Amino acid sequence: MPIVTLTAAIADHVRDGDSVALEGFTHLIPFAAGQEIIRQRRRGLHLIRMTPDLVYDQMIGAGCARRLTFSWGGNPGVGSAHRIREAIEAGWPQPLEICEHSHAGMAAAYVAGAARLPFGMLRGYLGTDLPAVNPAIRSVECPYTGERLATVPALNPDVTILHAQRADRAGNVLISGILGAQKEAGLAARKLLVTVEEVVDDLGAPMNGVVLPHWVVTAIACVPGGAWPSYARGHYPRDNAFYIAWDEIARDRGRFTAWIERYVLGTQDFAGFRARLRADGVAA
Amino acid sequence: MNATTVAPPWSADEMMTVTAARMLWDGCVCFVGIGLPSAAANLARLLHAPGIVLIYESGTIGTRPDVLPLSIGDGELAETAGAVVPLPEIFAYWLQGGRIDVGFLGAAQVDRFGNLNSTVIGPYQQPKVRLPGAGGAPEIAAHARQVFVVLKQSARSFVPKLDFVSSGGFLTGGGARRLSGAPGAGPQAIITDYGVLRPQAGSEEFALAARYEHVTAAAAVKATGWPLTVAASLEVIAPPTATELEALRALQARTQAAHSRPVQLPV
Repeated sequence: MPIVTLTAAIADHVRDGDSVALEGFTHLIPFAAGQEIIRQRRRGLHLIRMTPDLVYDQMIGAGCARRLTFSWGGNPGVGSAHRIREAIEAGWPQPLEICEHSHAGMAAAYVAGAARLPFGMLRGYLGTDLPAVNPAIRSVECPYTGERLATVPALNPDVTILHAQRADRAGNVLISGILGAQKEAGLAARKLLVTVEEVVDDLGAPMNGVVLPHWVVTAIACVPGGAWPSYARGHYPRDNAFYIAWDEIARDRGRFTAWIERYVLGTQDFAGFRARLRADGVAA
Repeated sequence: MNATTVAPPWSADEMMTVTAARMLWDGCVCFVGIGLPSAAANLARLLHAPGIVLIYESGTIGTRPDVLPLSIGDGELAETAGAVVPLPEIFAYWLQGGRIDVGFLGAAQVDRFGNLNSTVIGPYQQPKVRLPGAGGAPEIAAHARQVFVVLKQSARSFVPKLDFVSSGGFLTGGGARRLSGAPGAGPQAIITDYGVLRPQAGSEEFALAARYEHVTAAAAVKATGWPLTVAASLEVIAPPTATELEALRALQARTQAAHSRPVQLPV
């Protein structure tokens, strides 16, 4: 399991048309990896994420995606994800097919994916219109009680990308704090890429800590700050000012496109991205 | 809001937050969302319900934040939690497992049976406004023993027919929810900026059960998109006490200060 640059990890493992899940539930969102996908101009992706927020606003607005599987999309604590909205409402920059779930449904789909079961099951979607607009939400009769239970097809992304606090030199990954569905999405994937804050000699993992062992990880890149503007527990807090600023940046197509060109397409890599943000007085 | 008298020295949000907080009891297990529900649940914890158990869908159980989270996964929630578990566990073991007393939900629209829309305004395929979507709400609405809804009242938000049912309340009323197999008792209160609506026995249609001192029932009816029934014994909700307002404002001030600290990234 090699430790590589983020540029190489994306170049080698993310292909046009892939299904790609960037997970992290407001914590440890792999922003740097999402921006590298934009920088390498991947197209036609099926993006999967429980909470498509700024990271998918950027990728969808930049034209990387044709399809989105999700359960909640917005700018958490601030308002709308304007680029996702415009893709759905107006087909800009291209039409976006959506496959919509509830959180419980998405979670069950990842758990099934990690277990290589064909579907996940839940007592869910009761009385809602979601099954009417998402034909993948079906039901099954319990063979023991006869109860009707909702089912969701397993999610098995071609690639899952996570951000974590640390890896050791062998490539074992430790995640701490709010976990979201990161472990499940990671184990459900065909390939797992992880960016980390630091690579250390000794992982120092507590006995019940969440460790993804090196033999389930495809590649690791050391990208300190790679979850900015979300946060990495023990390293830096969420940059709320940027989440608020993003509302204005993303509201307008032109302003959004200029931002992506200046900071993402117009920089070599994440270090270049951060240098340009710093030069412009943004706290990165 | 159509105040009949001079506007009171507290905001509609403050009145709603205090009213919601009063409905929570010590020891209650509460599934909390960001925004007003989170403020109300924490206010209750700081005042009359020190033993309340707050669960956020990001996986934090028994959390006691000193400041309100700006997002559902704020570090503050993890640092002050009794336990942090994976998110699939929250929905499987804790919510579907039937361990939640109160689920607190907001929405863009509510109908007379307490069904909620947080998905779309206009047709799903050609939306006028695409909203964030259901998130955790459908299963919270189904499984929590009871649900409190918090939403400002207007003819646009209290509608005769939802554009989309994201979360089920009493569905079509008259016992339809029970037949659906939803384990929880459903929405038991809608807390608005006019007062509190509660479901009527039998029909399960929401009626105005209590109003704030400074508003009239007629104004509440006018702010509702269906012909709102007013309970014969309409209660009047006591205004926020000095203690309640002080605690809430101090909490909001601490939150504001914490969230405006600049961030330094590692080099």
